[in-house]
Amino acid sequence: MNRAKLGKALGLALAVGMTTATAACGGGQESEPVAGGPVTITVNGLPAATDEFNRAHFEADVKAFEAKYPNIKIDAKEGLMDPQTFSAKLAGGQLEDVFYVYLTDAQNLIAKRQVSDVSAQLADFPVTKDYKPGLMKVFSDDTGKIYGLPDENYSLGLIYNRKLYQQAGLDVNKPPATWAEVREHAKKISALGKDIVGYGDYSKSNTGGWHFTAELYSIGGDVAVKEGDTWKAAFNNDKGRQVLQQLKDMRFTDNTMGKRQLLEYDDLIKLMATDKLGLYVGSTGDMSNIVNQFKGTFADYGLGPIPDGQGTLGGGSGYMFKAGLSPEKIKAGLTWLTFKKNPDRIGPDNEKAAAKGLPVGLPEPNVWTGASEQKLLDATKKYANLPSENFAPFAAATAAIPLKLEPPNAQQVYAALDPVMQKVLTDPNADIGRLLTDAEKQVNQILSSVK
Amino acid sequence: MAVITASRAHRGPNRLRRRIGDNLRAYLFLAAGLASFALFSWYPLVKGVILSFQQDNLVVPPYWVGLDNFRALFADPLFFTAWRNTLEFTGLALVFGYAVPFVVAIVINEFRHLKGYFRIAVYLPVMLPPIVSVLLWQYFYDPGSGLFNSVLGALHLPTSDWTQSPRMAMISLVLVSTWSNMGGATIMYLAGLSTIPSELYEAAELDGASVWQRVRYVTLPQMRFVLLALLLLQIVATMQVFIEPYQLTGTTNEETITVMVLIYRYAFTVNNDFGLAAAMSVLLFVVLAAFSAVYLRLTRNAD
Repeated sequence: MNRAKLGKALGLALAVGMTTATAACGGGQESEPVAGGPVTITVNGLPAATDEFNRAHFEADVKAFEAKYPNIKIDAKEGLMDPQTFSAKLAGGQLEDVFYVYLTDAQNLIAKRQVSDVSAQLADFPVTKDYKPGLMKVFSDDTGKIYGLPDENYSLGLIYNRKLYQQAGLDVNKPPATWAEVREHAKKISALGKDIVGYGDYSKSNTGGWHFTAELYSIGGDVAVKEGDTWKAAFNNDKGRQVLQQLKDMRFTDNTMGKRQLLEYDDLIKLMATDKLGLYVGSTGDMSNIVNQFKGTFADYGLGPIPDGQGTLGGGSGYMFKAGLSPEKIKAGLTWLTFKKNPDRIGPDNEKAAAKGLPVGLPEPNVWTGASEQKLLDATKKYANLPSENFAPFAAATAAIPLKLEPPNAQQVYAALDPVMQKVLTDPNADIGRLLTDAEKQVNQILSSVK
Repeated sequence: MAVITASRAHRGPNRLRRRIGDNLRAYLFLAAGLASFALFSWYPLVKGVILSFQQDNLVVPPYWVGLDNFRALFADPLFFTAWRNTLEFTGLALVFGYAVPFVVAIVINEFRHLKGYFRIAVYLPVMLPPIVSVLLWQYFYDPGSGLFNSVLGALHLPTSDWTQSPRMAMISLVLVSTWSNMGGATIMYLAGLSTIPSELYEAAELDGASVWQRVRYVTLPQMRFVLLALLLLQIVATMQVFIEPYQLTGTTNEETITVMVLIYRYAFTVNNDFGLAAAMSVLLFVVLAAFSAVYLRLTRNAD
């Protein structure tokens, strides 16, 4: 009997207790600025102690910065932007003065007036004029006022396996530029047999909805659009049907996507790393994961632009300034950010990274244009330990492809779109029209809560 | 037991104090266990119930929202899908996971030799970490080059898409769960079988009872209590299924999303809403508590 009680209690503890698993909360009180004295600003982005190389790098930066600018003290905090705690820290006034944000959140913070306008101080930092205009737009409002600076960016392209391309008799330096070509290449790669999958895609635990969004963007579609003050689903149309029909045809007519579906993030990385997959939609970060997790080499993989190139799902991060900051603090913050992220540093930083055996030579992140971009490209070329030519098709096309951010409430939207991808990839009789209509209803409900 | 008997002997004005004094050592022995229960079991349980009436993001102080979380649950179409799937899983798990171990136990019990070997063989999967079992079966189920389809194909039998087929997905999950958990039930059945006096079988054999008749008229009536106890324990355990659907079909699959998977989604991967997840947990708690109450009631009568 006691065992039963124990079992029951443990079972319930599991059921109820799992929801009470708590995340540590950040904090930190703001120090009052002393008139005429040195300015102290709190910043986040300090890497965790377990990330030795980057932590040491960051701490050395703080030391060098404080030596160069004796009037500014940096109080660095760990952590970037935790979606679960961010809005609470914001509401509770616990955010750092200069804080990390994902590009997807910048516009919302500006609209809600939760960040400081830094336009007036920005004139003193001419290097900031070289940021890509598209990225600066993310940190600006309609009247051109600027509230933050970009830090890193990524965008989705097409990762392909150069070994399989060679075996299939395809040109290893010419990844497909259109979805029609993807279909043709996938056929040739699948024809190699041995369970080799031509083209792979996701359909499990939100990843399917994410890639549906990316593929919709690539042909000029949208998942959600803003009409007046409200967001509406925008995928139940010809473009939505086109994306799904192509996947369905590749899966069941061409048989180039393999029988195994319900794949998630790690599955395609594994297939690519073990030379069982020809092509899939991914970014430079995914390439690094393929190489790092499976001890592969970058030389075996190539990166092309997203097919059709009407737009690409991307993202990235930047830093913004807490609302109500004094001009001195804003100036100190901008001094810090332009010290930390400066085209003149890319060379020495790359040298250090290359000496440490870290990959140098990927085409992204790249937030610069003009002379600064040239500095980045030169420094990358000089210290590259990767075969940059493998990523040239991506690098060459990417400037012309508009970057599109994730929809609002992205994870909920992706969760609602996931079953659509599942059905299309597992059921030869899937009714695409009905799937889209059902998903549209759900997504509209999710978007109705966006303010 | 000696402590209780002793306390009964002292009845007088200072009964309470004496009882405490006499039982002090027993309470001390209990203290560690009680403290652990209070900290790891009862506290989270109470906290979970409180959380279900709150909006909480774990940073700013939570505030009360009354029944809002429960209303939001009933408005979510997935709520009903998850319960329907969970009941379907529990039902199927009973068909497979309840009957199969009983049959296996009877068969093993009939062996004259190698009984120990089979007992270990049946119990081995229980010793594997659950995620290892599930990953192993994920390979078995692979519709391309998986073990099952390879074997079926070699025998010229029809193959299946297993977890990817809407019709087979739930059954596939149940098979994994049965394989990995039947060892425990089998061992308990075997223990029950070993307590049946052998005279009963001998008498039945003398009366010319067949194997089936011996099972029907001796084994089943004698095992009544163990069967009932395991039935309820199994319902309570299978309604909390999580790892099989989570790993094999994911958190967005409408055919297999269960109550626990939905709780996980609410809290961690989709909504980041701990209050909503706690509300769902409380509902699951109520259902499981009802089954547990039935179980306790039945076992008390049997004592």
